[in-house]
Formats: sequence, structure tokens, C-alpha cells
Amino acid sequence: MKSFRDSNLFQAWLVLVLATAFGTALAGIQTKLGPVIEANKTRETLAKIPALVLGENQAATLASQKKSLSITSRTIEIERNGIKKFYTVYDAFLKDGTLAGHVAKASGQGYADKIELLLGLDANANTITGLFILDQKETPGLGNRIIEKPWRDQFLDKASDTRLVVVKGTPGKENEIDAISGATISSRSVTGIVNKTIMDIKAQLVSPPKEAAKNETDKIKENT
Amino acid sequence: MADSPTPFERFVQGILPENPVYRQLLGLCPTLAVTNGMKPALTMACSVGFVLLCANIVISLIRNLLKPHLRIVIFTLTIATFVTIADRFLAAYFFQMSKTLGPYIPLIIVNCIIICRCEVCASKQGVVTAASDAIGQALGFGLALASIAAVREILGTGMLFGIRVLPDAWPDWVIMVLPPGAFITLGLLLGFVNWIGIIKARRSTNG
Repeated sequence: MKSFRDSNLFQAWLVLVLATAFGTALAGIQTKLGPVIEANKTRETLAKIPALVLGENQAATLASQKKSLSITSRTIEIERNGIKKFYTVYDAFLKDGTLAGHVAKASGQGYADKIELLLGLDANANTITGLFILDQKETPGLGNRIIEKPWRDQFLDKASDTRLVVVKGTPGKENEIDAISGATISSRSVTGIVNKTIMDIKAQLVSPPKEAAKNETDKIKENT
Repeated sequence: MADSPTPFERFVQGILPENPVYRQLLGLCPTLAVTNGMKPALTMACSVGFVLLCANIVISLIRNLLKPHLRIVIFTLTIATFVTIADRFLAAYFFQMSKTLGPYIPLIIVNCIIICRCEVCASKQGVVTAASDAIGQALGFGLALASIAAVREILGTGMLFGIRVLPDAWPDWVIMVLPPGAFITLGLLLGFVNWIGIIKARRSTNG
């Protein structure tokens, strides 16, 4: 008969004690830092919204006048081929209450990893007013040039009723986007995410269904 | 080994004679991955230093309670805890840097420098020796990362710490900030450090 001292459970007492102690410590740290981390992510998104909706110059003017947009967020739910998808959408309002535009958070597969982006649309969701890449892990020097402003600015003022197409060389037609040389796949990924997002949410952006209106959260922040 | 090493000896050994990257060839994954700029390299070095110091102190304090067949479990548990703390801290207070480093902070858990120091030093030595060993090794690691990052950032972008140091006419060698640049730089610096070592050894035998 083995005594308790020889049992596996007794031998592992230090492992159990340490696991409990470390677990408690980590839970404490998560409770303390978790909200800070979430706030960081939200702050990054909210800080981009004025420029995405109004354009950078007007957003700078607005900021210099110490005015701000009031922003509300809601979730748009769509169902395609039996799969439910959710989009977080921010609606930006001017001080007098008129709708300035929408910003949708979208993501999709890039060349290396998931690309996460913010897409700005005007109040009627007819034209693209801004594009910002939140998160990407594309090849440095090639694919990660999707974060550069000159490339992103090609999307500005494009109509949302035509699909955007990536071309190599100088874009001729209105709906064409110039591919980054050496990074055609990354360019196509971003354009694809933009097309898909517009297709998915355009209808609900302009006329939210009754259920979606319920999801509408209260004003989350007076963005300064 | 008759005499146990003094804390000072452990501290000095870690910096160059037993440099974790150039001599022991440990921890090469972060060495290759995050050295495309000085800032990420130094953040990585600080995170590794923090984890190494904390893990070494904890392991050294409980070294007499360790059971031989359960020691690796305890090392991993301790290291993982401090890595998670470092990761959460960076995400909370250095959000942009945490985004730049991406998965490489959580990957410190499998950094072999730390488990090596726990096994070789902390589980056998007192707290002071273990702590100075950790600081020495961390400085050695930081030095190695900084030297590689300096070469890569200057040649690849013409900048150091994001500040321009080479004239604008410098054609940025993009390959230096890409993964191949990491291998080329590490290989050349490794060869250089060991070449100096050989010359030194020859001189001392001749003289």
C-alpha cells in the first residue's frame, strides 16, 4: 500500500500551489489592465473616425475649432449562405444633429494574416470617404504599403454602387485601383474587403431595420 | 565544481563571455524577428530581462522544494506567468509597440534563454547569484539585439530610433529590414564576434 507521501498528488503539491497563486495573480492583473487595453483599442478607432468621415483637412479644421462629432455605435447583422456575420458600425453626427457619415469595421484574409480595416462612407453610403488599416501583418516593404496614405487615398470619393477592381499600371476607369507593385495579393485583399463590406451593409446602413435600431448603444463618447 | 560562482562573476559572464546570442546561440527566434528597428528590439530585450529576472528569483527561492521530475513544469509555469504580465502591461501602456511586436511577446514563454538560466543557474544557486546571473544574461541579450537592430535599421531605412542618420540620398536597402537581412546580419556579426574571440585566445597563448 503506497502511503500518501508517495502519491502523485502529494508530489505535485508545489505545482498546485504555484498554479493557484499565479492564476490568482494573473486574474488580478487582467481585472486591472483589461479595461485599459479595451479602451486603447476603442480610442484608436474613435480617433480615426472624424478623418474617415469628413476627410483629413476638414477633420483638422473641426479639431482646431474645438468642435467634435458625436459618435454612436451599433452592430449590423447579415446572413449570407446561412452564415451570420456581424459588423460594428459607427455613425458620426455633427453638433446640429445631422448625420455626417458612417464608419464600418471590417476584416478579411490578407496575404500573410487577417487584415482589419475601417471604411468611411458618407451619410447616404454612396461614396467612400476614407480607409484606414487597423491591423495587418503583410510583408514589410511590399504588402505592408497598404497602410501608406497615397495608396489608401485612391479609394477616396469612389462610388459605392460599382465594384472596385485592382489593375496593374495606371488606372483608367473610375472604379479601378492601382495595385502596389510586388504586392498584388495584398492590394486585392483590401479591395475585396472593401467591396464585400459595402455589399453586405450598404442597405442596412441607410435604413436600419427595427431590430438593429434596438442594438443602438447610447452615445459612447463625445469625440474631441 | 568545488566553488560556487560569485554573483559578480555570473553577472560579467552573461554580458560577453557567455553572451546568450553570440556564444550560446540561444533565443534566436526573437533575435531574428524583432531586430528590424531599435525600438522593438529594446522593448523585446526589456521584456525578456523582466521575465528572466523574476523567473530566476522565484525559482531560486523555491529551489530546495523542487522535485527533479517536476522541475520543468514549474519553470514553464513561472515563466508563462511573468510573460503574460509583460504582455498585458505592454498592451495596456505601450499599445502601438505591443501591436508592432505582435506574437513575439507571448512567444517569450518558449525562449530557451530563460528556461536555460532556470535550469543551469537559478535552480542551483542562491537568490543573489541567480538575480545577478539574470541581469547579466539580460544585458548580454539586449546588447546582441541592439547591435543587430542598429545595423539593420541604419542600412535598411537610413534611420536610428526613427531619426534620420544617413543622408536622404541613401538608397534604403529594403532587404535589411526583411527576414533575409536578419539572417545576413546575424551571420556576419556572429562571425565577427567569434573571430575577435579567436584572435584574443591566440594572443593570450602566444604571450
